[in-house]
Amino acid sequence: MNEVSHIAAADPTAPVGSGKSRAALLWLILPLAALGLAITWLLVSDPLRNFGNGAPPVESLTFERTILSSDGIRVLVRAGGSEPMTIAQVQVDDAYWQFTQEPAGPLARGATAWIHLPFPWVLGEAHAINIVTNTGATFEHEIAVAVSTPTRDAGNLASQALLGVLVGLVPVAIGMMFYPALRGVGRNGMNFLLALTVGLLAFLLVDATAEAFELAVESAAIFQGQAMVVLAAAASFLLLMAAGRRDGVPTGLALATFIALGIGLHNLGEGLAIGAAFAAGAAGLGTFLVLGFMLHNITEGIGISAPMLKKRPPLWAFVGLALLAGGPAVVGLWIGSLAYAPQWSALALAVGAGAILQVIVEVTAYLMRSDGRGQAALTAPATMAGLAAGVSFMYVTAMLVKV
Amino acid sequence: MAEVSMWFREKISRRGLLWGGLAAAGGSAIAGTAAGQSVHSGHGTTSAAGAAPPQAHLAAHRSMITVGDVDNERNGFDPSRMVTDWETGSVSTLPDGRILRTFEIEAVDKEIEIAPGIMFPAWTYNGRVPGPALRATEGEHLRIVFRNSGSHPHSMHFHGIHAARMDGVPGAGLIGPGEEFVYEFDARPFGCHLYHCHALPLKRHIHKGMYGLFVIDPDPARHPELADVARSRLLGTPENAEWQEFAMVMNGFDTNFDNGNEVYAVNTVAHAYMKRPIRIVRNRPVRIYLANVVEFDPINSFHLHANFFDYFEQGTTLTPTLRTVDLITQVQAQRGILEFTYKDHETGLYMFHPHQSEFTELGWTGMFDVVEAVA
Repeated sequence: MNEVSHIAAADPTAPVGSGKSRAALLWLILPLAALGLAITWLLVSDPLRNFGNGAPPVESLTFERTILSSDGIRVLVRAGGSEPMTIAQVQVDDAYWQFTQEPAGPLARGATAWIHLPFPWVLGEAHAINIVTNTGATFEHEIAVAVSTPTRDAGNLASQALLGVLVGLVPVAIGMMFYPALRGVGRNGMNFLLALTVGLLAFLLVDATAEAFELAVESAAIFQGQAMVVLAAAASFLLLMAAGRRDGVPTGLALATFIALGIGLHNLGEGLAIGAAFAAGAAGLGTFLVLGFMLHNITEGIGISAPMLKKRPPLWAFVGLALLAGGPAVVGLWIGSLAYAPQWSALALAVGAGAILQVIVEVTAYLMRSDGRGQAALTAPATMAGLAAGVSFMYVTAMLVKV
Repeated sequence: MAEVSMWFREKISRRGLLWGGLAAAGGSAIAGTAAGQSVHSGHGTTSAAGAAPPQAHLAAHRSMITVGDVDNERNGFDPSRMVTDWETGSVSTLPDGRILRTFEIEAVDKEIEIAPGIMFPAWTYNGRVPGPALRATEGEHLRIVFRNSGSHPHSMHFHGIHAARMDGVPGAGLIGPGEEFVYEFDARPFGCHLYHCHALPLKRHIHKGMYGLFVIDPDPARHPELADVARSRLLGTPENAEWQEFAMVMNGFDTNFDNGNEVYAVNTVAHAYMKRPIRIVRNRPVRIYLANVVEFDPINSFHLHANFFDYFEQGTTLTPTLRTVDLITQVQAQRGILEFTYKDHETGLYMFHPHQSEFTELGWTGMFDVVEAVA
């Protein structure tokens, strides 16, 4: 009986509710219809024709990949014109060369095409490609040092993996080997190590951000590189903060994992850039450079170990953390040399920068908590010394690898 | 580990500290060049055998050439025909018995295709670049009726002898759009000259396409000591008909307006005579009226393969000013006459191009197809 009266009482409100939702629906449809009307009017009556001053359309062309092989040069270009654009001729070193375009025909905004030139390039020397469109506009691309692009065969993948292991995995593992020596440090020692970690992460943050912006400039305008970098970094920072704090503030192994993840993402971006630089012939790499990279990355292992000094994790955790931090360098090298475009490297570095910012926040929080003095710990001499040591070690060792 | 160090070496810096293996890449590049040379040197043999393969003239350049063909119909002019197309105007007799020759020239804006697929917003005389190759005879009275149907002020400035009023500079025959002007002067001195627009800025008006040949043939009656030579230069005489005469204007186009040319050519279209060589009959002499109008670059040149020629600087003499040369240089507006023959040669394809390799590789290169007889 009670039930029935309840329903009866509710009944009168029902039509009001559906009327409300119908009104809401109407207000959803109305603006969309107005937009449709505006678009139709623009297309049909062309009210902006007075802006058409007879000038040729704006054209833009970005070179995303360069492949040098025994049958010549291949470049992947992305169009970004206000209208579809047509590639008319291609010059290599100020000489017109025969070329084929795949797919053929005009390139719509955002579309890509491969240009193949049967050009006898010279090992170790520079070449310049200049694409001339049907309007006579030119787009130039420099191959700084011509070297054969690594192919997808097992031998190349293996040697790249070895390089990735050398610059990514090995130094992290070596840094972790300091773990037993670091255990049992006092409060000041702990502050020093954690601040050292923050310092090295701060350096990586600046480095990754600068590099991401640099690559963003190289990428096609359609990707809005600068905005993409900022948004990707912010998104990865917020996501990782939320994920990290889901079960309370991360400490110990959990915090170490986040540090490893941040460093791993950074190494992925670095690997992409290094792999791409080789593929494009933009960089040379000698044993000296590899040594530099190794030295540069050793602090990363110490940084990952620092939050775990109070409670010893199992051995497999160290293996996992090393793989998480260093392994992405291998993956990055593979992807970078085989399928590269500046916007993807910028994206990877931006995500890495966001992740690094998250660990900086968490390590700092951990430092304050483990010290027990709160904010006062941040200005303690040991903390300041660690911070300075971390940043300056990274800066000085980076001198070995920046070319 | 040995393999890794090999891999590092291949990726070595441009200083080439460790030029280890000049591996597959370098090797194939060298092989490619060698193949190109063998094709090139193959010309003599194939031609000597009688029938050159149809694409032999393209094989000589291998891959270093523009892709596709220019639509001559849309352009309204064909470089293969332009090379022998002389504009002689209309002729009448003046009361004093002298000959009056009248040319009608109209300036028009026109988009032209200067290399396959590359359009250039040109300013033209009579819709073509270079403008019509005007040809008159020494001593005639010339009347050039010039109408400006273009969008900017233009003029015709002749390299010749005339009054200041007829000079085609601002204030003397430079006219605005829709206006008309008549240039009048006597045809002198004989030679290979040119005309061009003298509106300002000069550089823009010239490189946009406003130039053409202006040839004055010598009057044999005025040069009794070399009457035969003069007659051979005079268009319309049987002696002149023996010669194979070609009009060539070396020009360039700055398609992106950065004060540097993207395309070089002789008679506008890049590689036109590479893709369709100019036929010449082996035992008849050749005469080229050559002018340079290239803008931005200080110099241009003409080099003939496997042969030498006599050169008449500006064409104002009946004896060569340079004998037995295979290369001449011209600054802008410099011009002259080249005379040579292939009568002692094998038939075959003979290249001509400037010896600025850059110009050659950007389109200014061509071939003479020397044959026994034109079909």
